[in-house]
Amino acid sequence: MAKELLKMDHITKTFPGVKALDNVNLSVEEGEIHALVGENGAGKSTLMNVLSGIYPYGTYEGDIIYNGEVCKFQTIKDSESKGIVIIHQELALVPQMSIGENMFLGNERGKKNAINWNETYGEADKYLKMVGLSESSRVLIKDIGTGKQQLVEIAKALAKHAKLLILDEPTSSLNETDSRALLDLMLEFKKQGMTMIIISHKLNEVVYVADKITVVRDGSTVETLDCHTMEISEDRIIRGMVGREITNRFPKREAIEKGDINMEVKDWTVYHPLYTERKVVDNVSLNVRKGEVVGIYGLMGAGRTELAMSIFGKSYGSTITGKLLINGKETDLKNPRAAIDAKLAYVTEDRKGNGLILSNTIKVNTSLANMDGVSDKGIIDADKEYQVAVEYKQKLETKTPSVEQNVGNLSGGNQQKVLLAKWMFTDPDILILDEPTRGIDVGAKYEIYCIINDLVRAGKSVIMISSELPEVLGMSDRIYIMNEGKFVGELNAEEASQELIMQSILQSGKG
Amino acid sequence: MANESVMKVLKKNAMLIVLVLVFIFFTVMTSGQMFEAMQFNALITQNAYVFVLAAGMLMCMLTGGNIDLSCGSFVCFLGAIGGILMNVKQMNPGVSIVVMLIIGVIYGCALGYLIAYVNIPPWIATLAGYLAFRGWGTALLSANSSTGSISLAAQKGFLAIFSGKIFSTPPGKLNVICVVVGIIACVIVVVTQFMSRANKVKKGYEVDSMGALVIRCVLACAAIMLFAYKLAMAGGIPTVLLWVVAIVLIYDFITSRTTMGRYFYTIGGNSEATRLSGVDTRKIMFLAYLNMAVLTAITTYIVAARFQAANSTAGTYYEMDAIAACVVGGVSAYGGAGNIFGMVVGATLIGVINLGMSLMGVDANWQKVVKGVVLLAAVVFDILADKKNSTK
Repeated sequence: MAKELLKMDHITKTFPGVKALDNVNLSVEEGEIHALVGENGAGKSTLMNVLSGIYPYGTYEGDIIYNGEVCKFQTIKDSESKGIVIIHQELALVPQMSIGENMFLGNERGKKNAINWNETYGEADKYLKMVGLSESSRVLIKDIGTGKQQLVEIAKALAKHAKLLILDEPTSSLNETDSRALLDLMLEFKKQGMTMIIISHKLNEVVYVADKITVVRDGSTVETLDCHTMEISEDRIIRGMVGREITNRFPKREAIEKGDINMEVKDWTVYHPLYTERKVVDNVSLNVRKGEVVGIYGLMGAGRTELAMSIFGKSYGSTITGKLLINGKETDLKNPRAAIDAKLAYVTEDRKGNGLILSNTIKVNTSLANMDGVSDKGIIDADKEYQVAVEYKQKLETKTPSVEQNVGNLSGGNQQKVLLAKWMFTDPDILILDEPTRGIDVGAKYEIYCIINDLVRAGKSVIMISSELPEVLGMSDRIYIMNEGKFVGELNAEEASQELIMQSILQSGKG
Repeated sequence: MANESVMKVLKKNAMLIVLVLVFIFFTVMTSGQMFEAMQFNALITQNAYVFVLAAGMLMCMLTGGNIDLSCGSFVCFLGAIGGILMNVKQMNPGVSIVVMLIIGVIYGCALGYLIAYVNIPPWIATLAGYLAFRGWGTALLSANSSTGSISLAAQKGFLAIFSGKIFSTPPGKLNVICVVVGIIACVIVVVTQFMSRANKVKKGYEVDSMGALVIRCVLACAAIMLFAYKLAMAGGIPTVLLWVVAIVLIYDFITSRTTMGRYFYTIGGNSEATRLSGVDTRKIMFLAYLNMAVLTAITTYIVAARFQAANSTAGTYYEMDAIAACVVGGVSAYGGAGNIFGMVVGATLIGVINLGMSLMGVDANWQKVVKGVVLLAAVVFDILADKKNSTK
């Protein structure tokens, strides 16, 4: 049996109010490729952040034993000096700098403060060759494709003399060919004795490269599968990932008579705002009826938010093609204002980034999207504005002493309620809720679900985007499954199951 | 508990208290000279430009800490145009004023377009204006006058509107109109304060205690009457005070009561969230700079009238004074927070410091040092106070 290189022993990591990791054990042998799989938010990334010192020693419980010794990493530098190097999902490269400059960023070649450029580029070229890149290290990052950028990240890791390489979703932004090349490169490294941990949603890739697979669910390790001693199928992994019972986490909704189709999108294609050649949403068609909750399920990066924002007054994307019909009439929504006037609402997933104004009060946030509702000829009716805010505070049971409180002081669940209040006050017919329960606790989630039920009961249409399978299954009348910009399946609530949904995603990935 | 509420009041009015303390300090240091009637008059006439420009700068800063560096130079340029029109071309002052305003609007539209629709960073776009208009204005003046300065002393009507006095009386003699206006102002303040409170009580909103309201009214009336008396002894109400008061009231209304004003704040707080709420954020940015240019034109009238001439040095450092007034008055350098009242206190504070130091005979260079320190201290205080609040 090979030597155990890394042992993470009973790791527990608590964030305020949430136990992100609960007694996690992970054992990695020297020279193997170890895959870490699990749903979004299961705790994979948190575990790797603990390992790499992003969460320093002392902020978690349990031990990290690497190479036989207990490690107490304070910073990333500490873990990197031991040869543990993490490559994050988002590429961390400076586009305007050359490959060589990026590779040795923070780790410059030369004496003291003087950079030795010959050494930099010479060394860089050497590592680039190891990852199979023929580009000169003097080429700027922005001039090479994402696939090659990912390889530069790996070369950068090699330059740090990595012994244990952690790749977090390394193929999420790569196309099929580049992904395969990357996986083959990993197998090549393995032959040379490198140890690797790969985090991936793409189970076909996991099965292709991994020696062992550890399944993480709800912050705990469920099982470790050995790919050499048993036959591992993707179904087997899925069972481990989602093998959780759905108890009564969702409020019941009595059968509601479904009305006419409220909104329909046909052959909708959206191109990336910067890389205008790239399709982010590819030929998608969907419809939603009055009184219906339609779920859109997909993994992160599937293009769900981009789809929603492009429908909502073209607030995302460069070129958008396709038809949008509201109440059967073809409509062209040029900007968010037009979308709001067409009775559409988009409740963002990123409530701090583009949803709320944290430095302003609940009152100001509530009325922002419908100032006409609290003003006359452009002059604000202060009383009315206050009353509206109080009304929604009571309706949604937002917990706050006063509507004059700044939104930044509220908890995530209450912030979400203010965001919902803002859009409910625009009196929409169609609400697109993007990850409506992200980052909020179970109790608040239940309340949000109740609000959704109230909305459809009132005859509104709800499109709920979510990457939480139980939520999609528990709340939707109908589910669209999205993967890599395309809709790859449509299921009714009765026939839908976790396994079926995961399978349609995986099958589409293969094709 | 009582201690805490006192602290709250102190913190809320920190700059106002600093203003009073600084005023007392200079009164003592100048052996009472600061407290003379003429100095109250000077405080207004010398600093009117700060109030007007700072109102515009406030609107720009609200949108996200954006500034206009070009306004001082534009005052010089537009002053030169005015001088040429009125003095060299002998154009009617009324028409000249309109032409100057139109030129201001054209500049504002161009600047607003570049910033809002072409996405040029405001400080770069206005830095270009800062350089160009100072040069252009100076060039125009030297081409039309051997001294580099065009006199406007003959334009009696123009001077009367922007730098005269209302029902002027000789200094040292009490101007009755001025006192009456002061009394009317006091009555308006007291009545609106009490009516607003009664209204809030009726609707069951949170209100300050009656005692606090009475104290506030007494202090406000005392300040108004002191000012009115001093101005009455200095010959009457300067017309420029009316301009300043009108602008302050208009912008107070815009920022606190209109939907458009609200959008300036929300863009500064979170531009993307505001855009996705259906607000045309580019239009608001455009309006911020158009508005700034219009107020710069008004400033030009005031300044040209005060100096009775168009000079190549007119407007020097004005942009800095306006920014400083806003920042000292609690307008956030990152946008989204600040109000007219704070700006007025900030502008007055800077005016008092300027005047006090001049009376003390402090060297002009050291005056700049002091102003720099005050500016920095105000921002540091703001950020520290904010931090304390957010950790609670």
